[in-house]
Amino acid sequence: MIQTIAFYLFAVIVVASAVMVISARNPVHSVLWLILAFFNAAGLMVLVGAEFIAMLLVIVYVGAVAVLFLFVVMMLDIDFAELRSGFVKNFPFGMLIALVLAVELIFGIGAWQIGGIQLGLAQGAGHMADAHSNIASLGAVLYGQYLFLFEAAGLILLVAMVGAIVLTHRERRAVRGQQNISKQVARRPDEATVMKSPESGKGIEL
Amino acid sequence: MIGIEHYVFLSAILFVLGVLGIFLNRKNIIVILMAIELILLAVNINLVAFSAFLGDLVGQIFAMFVLTVAAGEAAIGLAILVIYFRGRGTIAVDSVDRLKG
Repeated sequence: MIQTIAFYLFAVIVVASAVMVISARNPVHSVLWLILAFFNAAGLMVLVGAEFIAMLLVIVYVGAVAVLFLFVVMMLDIDFAELRSGFVKNFPFGMLIALVLAVELIFGIGAWQIGGIQLGLAQGAGHMADAHSNIASLGAVLYGQYLFLFEAAGLILLVAMVGAIVLTHRERRAVRGQQNISKQVARRPDEATVMKSPESGKGIEL
Repeated sequence: MIGIEHYVFLSAILFVLGVLGIFLNRKNIIVILMAIELILLAVNINLVAFSAFLGDLVGQIFAMFVLTVAAGEAAIGLAILVIYFRGRGTIAVDSVDRLKG
């Protein structure tokens, strides 16, 4: 009973905040609604016992991706009113596409619920969740059979990081503009250097 | 009682909302990127729900890989956005036509 209530609570909030993400006037509000959607999706995943993925969702999406979005939205000085000008014009066409897609998906799910198509019998044993905690059994699979895919995922992240840095890095121009030539020419040795003859055992004052 | 259908319907709704967001905000590439994140979130919910339904952990492993790709895609997409804005002073999708494709 309590699971049902929790599911509907999370589901309603996730759908409502998704609607707000795509319809909010200000992209900053969109990002904030996106964070709410991610939190509630994490709640949905906790409900089915996938708590590690849920926490990962909060850390990666809310902690990294959403903050990155927020940073970019606030950094760029954009006239958002101008960008929204096509909203009403695109509305009927977008609605049409969305309706077609929704009908297709509902049709497919309905057909699957009736029985689905039997493509063959399951042969090998899957990776069943055993008596360990979610994260322990996930780790056993991830670092066992999927080790190379896991390392490939790390490589993807590395390439993405290098790519983002290379793209946004700005090379500083040669320092011509900051060079004061007359000051350099006017420099005299006697005011640039000082002779000191310190006694042994004592420090010198510069 | 909550079954797998509930989760599948929910992720279908989220997916449709993401696609609708791409069509509604055709000019604002930031909101388009957020709509793509919504679509990937729908996929993740689907993977996790089926993982729990079938008792097979590989669904959750795949959800992690989707998460990885989503994070990389967001980083690269926003970096491209930033350098594009630096050069042109706008991010309207309509004006992205330098390659004349």
